[in-house]
Amino acid sequence: MLRTENISYKIGNRKILEDINIEFHAGEFNMILGPNGSGKSTFFRIFSGEIQGYTGRVCYNEKVLRKQQLRELARHRAVMSQQPDLSFPLTVDEVVMMGRYPHFDFNPSPKDNSICNDVIERLRLTDFKERNYLTLSGGEKQRVQYARVLAQIWERPKEGNRYLFLDEPLNNLDISYQQEFLRIAREFTGNDTIVIAVIHDINLALQYADKLFFFKNGRLNAHGNTMEVLTADLIADVFNVSVTLINNAVTKRPLLVYN
Amino acid sequence: MLRNSKFFFPALVLLLMLMLLVAIVFGAVSISPGEMLSSLKHFAGGKKPGSIYEAVFLQIRLPRVLLCAITGAILSVSGVLMQGLFRNPIVEPGLVGTSAGAAFGASVVFVLAANMSIGLKSILGPLLVPVFAFAGGLLATYIVYMLAKSAGRISILSLLLAGIAVNAVGLSGMGFMSYVARDPQARSITFWNLGTFSGASWSQVAIVGTVAFIMFAIALRYTKQLNALLLGEAEATYLGVDADQLKKKIMIINTAMVAVATAFTGVIGFMGLIVPHVLRLLIGSDNKRLLPASMLLGALLLTLADFGARMLLPPAEIPIGIITSLVGAPIFLFLLKKFDIIQTKGGGNA
Repeated sequence: MLRTENISYKIGNRKILEDINIEFHAGEFNMILGPNGSGKSTFFRIFSGEIQGYTGRVCYNEKVLRKQQLRELARHRAVMSQQPDLSFPLTVDEVVMMGRYPHFDFNPSPKDNSICNDVIERLRLTDFKERNYLTLSGGEKQRVQYARVLAQIWERPKEGNRYLFLDEPLNNLDISYQQEFLRIAREFTGNDTIVIAVIHDINLALQYADKLFFFKNGRLNAHGNTMEVLTADLIADVFNVSVTLINNAVTKRPLLVYN
Repeated sequence: MLRNSKFFFPALVLLLMLMLLVAIVFGAVSISPGEMLSSLKHFAGGKKPGSIYEAVFLQIRLPRVLLCAITGAILSVSGVLMQGLFRNPIVEPGLVGTSAGAAFGASVVFVLAANMSIGLKSILGPLLVPVFAFAGGLLATYIVYMLAKSAGRISILSLLLAGIAVNAVGLSGMGFMSYVARDPQARSITFWNLGTFSGASWSQVAIVGTVAFIMFAIALRYTKQLNALLLGEAEATYLGVDADQLKKKIMIINTAMVAVATAFTGVIGFMGLIVPHVLRLLIGSDNKRLLPASMLLGALLLTLADFGARMLLPPAEIPIGIITSLVGAPIFLFLLKKFDIIQTKGGGNA
């Protein structure tokens, strides 16, 4: 379980986040939604440990985040930020191997190599292995970064949970890889992994999420089980957009259309 | 790309050995292999050199070539470290103020030595210039570091800007020293800024070599962390790297190496910029290979440059900084045009 307690964050006198209390559980696909500037990405960077100057506590299975060893944490927690890029040319397999860095000291073990190969195959990157990362398209880069992040926590730890955090992971992806990314993340939830994603596409959220968390003006506006919390009124309130939820006869799930 | 070639490192080592041999054999006087051997025999037996050639080999040529090779390795490794730290391909080792500070320190000695206390001069002796240059380099870098630090963390952008500012102050201080200097003193300052190995001695080789050995050994432990830093500080942290600690360590390693080398040899431009770039084109950017390869190629190329400095206009010597910049810049421009470094090799962060 990942719990945030009374998280508030200010820049100067401007309140970015106010009093966020959330529990994220393993076995559920958690998605965070909200309009631009609602504080969701800041919140993401706080519970990931990138932003420090907040008040309140973040606990990973009762262990306070601030007290955790970075490397120890990196062995069972992987984070995909928005648009990570490289400053110098590396090949795709070198970038994916970075995900295994927390697991070895100098040279990757055979297990590290086989995990990288598995992930590369899973994300259909085999033909790209030797390519220079900097020459790839935006969507291809995104797939390589996802592969790196998945390689980091590919194997189940002997005890405790894995954590997979994704900040707007679907940028630049075509619809087939959007589905693929979320399908893989969904598989992780079934395996003792706490999966949290910041996402914009509400229909994808409807399709994959178990729990939704809506942010507005730095506050947690609404949260709950996907089917219960998501209503046309809520979307009107949070995003100021008028929508209708219709039933998709094939998936038996609601589908959001704009009025 | 020679990225996966098993022959790259052996070939580089072989070329370096060849270059060192050529640089030792040829010069104002040529030294035959026989003379080298007998010189070493005499030395090992505790005897004086048997001939002037043996003395030239043992006391002048050998320390010079070694000092040059070590300095080339230092400057190139430092280039890799600094470019990795700043995530920027146009960074040189001197960016954080080390060489400008050292140049100012040296210029102070050239101009004011006559006014310094006899005691200080007799204690330091031939180390007067190196000690001041070293102190100047350390001080300037320390100022840059402190300026860039806020709330215990170092921002890379502040580091860059503070570096530019302190460089400007160091260079203007040196400019002022040149301005008040008499002509021969001003010439000394100019020459020092172009670098030279003509005064190389075994004690210098010992000092620079020891520092280089220790710092290389430490730097090689951080190649994985340096790679992670290529993704950015936040990503590196998510991979378990303490980015703040890493930045501090790289600064310390870099400053120690560059300040010591510059103190004895003067400012040598362009090596730290060009060697990492050539190697990135050849073997890629993985620091695990890039760092040791830079060591070897840096040693090789600076030895070649010094060989040129000695051989081009005999018996005179061209300051080595002229050669490294004059030859280095066109090569760099050629690579830039041919391989489109700026477009596809990380120009996004430039």
